[in-house]
Amino acid sequence: MRTQLPLFPQAASLNAHHVDLLTYVWLIVSGFFSLLIAGLILFYMVRYRRRSPGQVGVEQAAPLWLEIAWSAIPLAINLAMFGWGAKVYFDLYRPPANAVEYFAIGRQWMWKFQHPEGNREINQLHVPVGQAVKMTMTSEDVIHSFYVPAFRLKQDVLPGRYTTVWFRPDRPGTYHLFCAEYCGTEHSLMIGSVVVMEPTDYEAWLSGSRPGVSTVDSGAQLFQSLACVTCHAPAPGMPARAPRLEGLFGRAVKLADGRTVTADDNYIRESILSPAAKVTAGWEPIMPTFQGQVTEEQLVQLVAYVKSLAAPAGEAAGTGGAAGPAGARAATSPPATPRPR
Amino acid sequence: MDTANTPAVEPMPELELPRTNYLNAAYGPRSWLFTRDHKRIAILYLASVTAFFALGGFFALLIRLELLTPEGDLVGPDTYNKLFTMHGIVMVFFFLIPSIPAVLGNFLVPLMIGAKDLAFPKLNLASWYVYNLGAIFTLWSIIHGGVDTGWTFYTPFSTTYSNSYVVSAALGIFIAGFSSIMTGLNFIVTIHRLRAPGLTWFRLPLFLWSMYATSLIMVLGTPVIAITLLLVAAERVLHLGIFDPALGGDPVLYQHLFWFYSHPAVYIMILPAMGVTSELVAAFSRRAVVGYRVVAFASVAIAVLGFLVWGHHMFVAGESVYAATIFSVLSMLVAIPSAVKVFNWTATLYGGAISLETPMLYALGFIGLFTIGGLTGVMVATLGFDVHVHDTYFVVAHFHYIMVGGAIMGYMGGLHYWWPKISGRLYPVFLSRLAALLIFVGFNLTFFPQFILGYLGMPRRYWSYPPEFQVLNVLSTAGASVLGLGYLLPAAYFIWSMRYGKLSPANPWGAVGLEWDTDSPPPTHNFDVTPIVTRGPYDYGQQPALAPQEAPVG
Amino acid sequence: MASHPTALAHHFDNLEQQREASTFGMWVFLVTEIMFFGGLFTAYAVYRLRYQEAFAAASNSLLTWAGSINTAVLICSSLTMVLAVRSAQVDRRKMIVLFLCLTILLGAVFLGIKAYEYRTEWQEHHFPGAGFRFAGPDPRHAEMFFSIYFCMTGLHALHMIIGMSVLAALLLPAWRGRYNPEWHNPLECVGLYWHFVDIVWIFLLPLLYLFGAHPR
Repeated sequence: MRTQLPLFPQAASLNAHHVDLLTYVWLIVSGFFSLLIAGLILFYMVRYRRRSPGQVGVEQAAPLWLEIAWSAIPLAINLAMFGWGAKVYFDLYRPPANAVEYFAIGRQWMWKFQHPEGNREINQLHVPVGQAVKMTMTSEDVIHSFYVPAFRLKQDVLPGRYTTVWFRPDRPGTYHLFCAEYCGTEHSLMIGSVVVMEPTDYEAWLSGSRPGVSTVDSGAQLFQSLACVTCHAPAPGMPARAPRLEGLFGRAVKLADGRTVTADDNYIRESILSPAAKVTAGWEPIMPTFQGQVTEEQLVQLVAYVKSLAAPAGEAAGTGGAAGPAGARAATSPPATPRPR
Repeated sequence: MDTANTPAVEPMPELELPRTNYLNAAYGPRSWLFTRDHKRIAILYLASVTAFFALGGFFALLIRLELLTPEGDLVGPDTYNKLFTMHGIVMVFFFLIPSIPAVLGNFLVPLMIGAKDLAFPKLNLASWYVYNLGAIFTLWSIIHGGVDTGWTFYTPFSTTYSNSYVVSAALGIFIAGFSSIMTGLNFIVTIHRLRAPGLTWFRLPLFLWSMYATSLIMVLGTPVIAITLLLVAAERVLHLGIFDPALGGDPVLYQHLFWFYSHPAVYIMILPAMGVTSELVAAFSRRAVVGYRVVAFASVAIAVLGFLVWGHHMFVAGESVYAATIFSVLSMLVAIPSAVKVFNWTATLYGGAISLETPMLYALGFIGLFTIGGLTGVMVATLGFDVHVHDTYFVVAHFHYIMVGGAIMGYMGGLHYWWPKISGRLYPVFLSRLAALLIFVGFNLTFFPQFILGYLGMPRRYWSYPPEFQVLNVLSTAGASVLGLGYLLPAAYFIWSMRYGKLSPANPWGAVGLEWDTDSPPPTHNFDVTPIVTRGPYDYGQQPALAPQEAPVG
Repeated sequence: MASHPTALAHHFDNLEQQREASTFGMWVFLVTEIMFFGGLFTAYAVYRLRYQEAFAAASNSLLTWAGSINTAVLICSSLTMVLAVRSAQVDRRKMIVLFLCLTILLGAVFLGIKAYEYRTEWQEHHFPGAGFRFAGPDPRHAEMFFSIYFCMTGLHALHMIIGMSVLAALLLPAWRGRYNPEWHNPLECVGLYWHFVDIVWIFLLPLLYLFGAHPR
């Protein structure tokens, strides 16, 4: 633990460097204007001090060009910084196509992480350096927030839906993980660390710590055990009572009430918990709700499984019109033995 | 005991308090509790808000004491959560929002426009009672163990998970909000309809432009938080599910509704202080504020634009990136009128005849600290930057620079400036300057380290924290001690002055303004003859004591 | 009748200034009421766009006939309110009292019908909470409709009750001849408030009752 007085935390991702650069420029601009105003005040209060009891100040308006200048210049600076900040922000929400999806579930007062390979962690997240990681996150109770100062990264974690953010760590190390949205008694104890490792160390860690079944495979098992297959993947010869899910993820879906929505993570989750909210056009609203029958972990596995289902051969695997933040990862074939990536 | 507080008028003959003024016109608690005089109502508010300031300050003291050490060792985590919640609720709703409007505004608005009272005196008194009713509900929460949701009451924690006294606290704020609405309504109608003959809009002092803009926000924004908190209370009691995802609701909708008011609310807190600053800078530079119309329009612009930026509190809350972008750029815009005011005030010093009386010290401190607070505001409005510092001590430092370094310094400056008018007494000069210095130094020592803490990553609302954050926290607590001491001094000497302070002439500062053209303290009916205004608000062209804004009053 | 000196408050210069200030004040207050109801309308809009089927089905289950009668009742009460003000303008003291009473009565009829609706909805288990039951495709979000329905109509009814109380408080001064062609501003201001409450209902009716009413 450091005990000296550093001013900036470690920067361990590309985004962190971008944000720090933005900060340096803001500090210079802010410092300049603060010192300017403070300096002028100090100077004027001496230079124009009242020298006799009846003295009054001058009667003089500021010239129009000056009023315009000191409105336009700050506006220009603000807009420039806005543009730059917006670019950094947009990048935070556009994960690259090769980002690997990890899942986080926050609850009072701990973080539960799930690797794609199936490894689970509590309050600690191991990731390999140099790999883009996309976090898909939800909460089991109240709003939390996933905050890693070293990555200059934060995203609220909400109950009832998924939120996502991504990062690519660029130096190994152990970095603070904080919950940054007040969530009750032990909010300040809902902390942990993100451990960034060299790829070989990471592989070793993965296989060393009980790998278990991959998230997608767990989802496939649930898909069977909860009888989703009955309607969504019936045996040949049985009637089709629900749309098939291959290639669904990322595609535009026409609903019975006329709207068209994109099938993203939240859509899949909502369809499991509240199927009547968005009924696909042309199908009867007969899907039962699984509210209360699946945990958030199980939901995450089911969603991962559905996302992994590739479109049947001969049909374009669509991301038609998808505007979601997800970097759709094309699926592979049915469950195989889990392999470290 | 005090050094001569030199008014810029010729030496006065032996002073007596005016024979009948609003303070001695009637005695006894009933004459105060059933008064319709806006000046007495202002004093009633002064007592109430001061009491709540002390309570909120006490909570802050405990917070800072806990944060001296990284471990949570002074109080338990639930208690700590209640402390910062109640600090926020008390300071925002029961101190900052009423302070300048209900104390200085109530006292000065009729005086500055040459009227006998506000448009609705009984409504004014009712507003104080409504405030106290809201206060009682909130105190009920506090006494029975407190509320721990944060002053922001985010759902579903507040509706479903908190085990504290949420409903009575929410109802307390709901009720107090009506007090705010009543005050704002009264000011709007008064400024529109009760101006003295000759007092056109562009002859109004800038304090009144600020009060008008503030009143617009009070009237338009407060009802939204009223309905929002009412829904939170209803949801908690009846399990309605409007904001709780477990019942089909949306917690982000709550945040939109909450911040739709609570962002403009911060302009309710700062605009009056800006108005005070305009008055002080003019009076103690003895010249008109540069860019009078620009500053007047800027006040209204801040009020209007302030309603369009609430989403900048939700950049990482799950709102869409497109919404976030729009809120960010609008937030950049709303900063411009504030910046323009700072430049105009500074330009007013140029060529002035500056006297560094205590109110002016506060005004100059305001300009400097508000500049820092405002600049850090534009920083947090920058999307990429905010992702890192949102919900950290950087934001805490930013808003305390505005609310304490800005709003409270404006309030203190206004109290020190108009105290002779309100009480007819002068306060000890040396102590008042000492207090201003302690407050300035203590404030910066408390909150500047928090900018650094925030960027380092220390989240807010943390009862315990990693050890590497301790040094900065210790500095902050040290500063808070100095700041607290600084605030105790005015409480003491203002009360002292009411009995033992030197008597004040009608216009101790030699300032220009209708309020200075009547006695200190004024008679109950303010002016013996309705003033007829023939000049602009800061006409220092001639000797001020000889050329008031209108014909002198006896 | 000559001007009543008692009507002029001491801090106003003349009756006209007092009248203008008081009417202006009432308008400002009504703007705050728009913002107050606005929060609920916003919540309604958000959820309606999100859960269209559930909201349509829930809306269909309301008693549209009751809502329609209530609309007519309220519009009539606004008429009687206007007639009360008019009576003051033409100095018909007893007619003022009559029309005020009619307005209060019509308000009571409204509340009575509303109470009947609430009772029906209670019996159908449509009151949100633990006992909620809904025979439809998406009961969870239908319950959301009802939460908002009861909040909106409940808040509206509360405003009606307050309005009726204020009207009742005006009866005695009206009977004593306090309102006359020169000064009847309190009637006008309460009239404004009453019309506002009526207009809120005009918005509530289609949003709550009529949107689900088309055949599927």
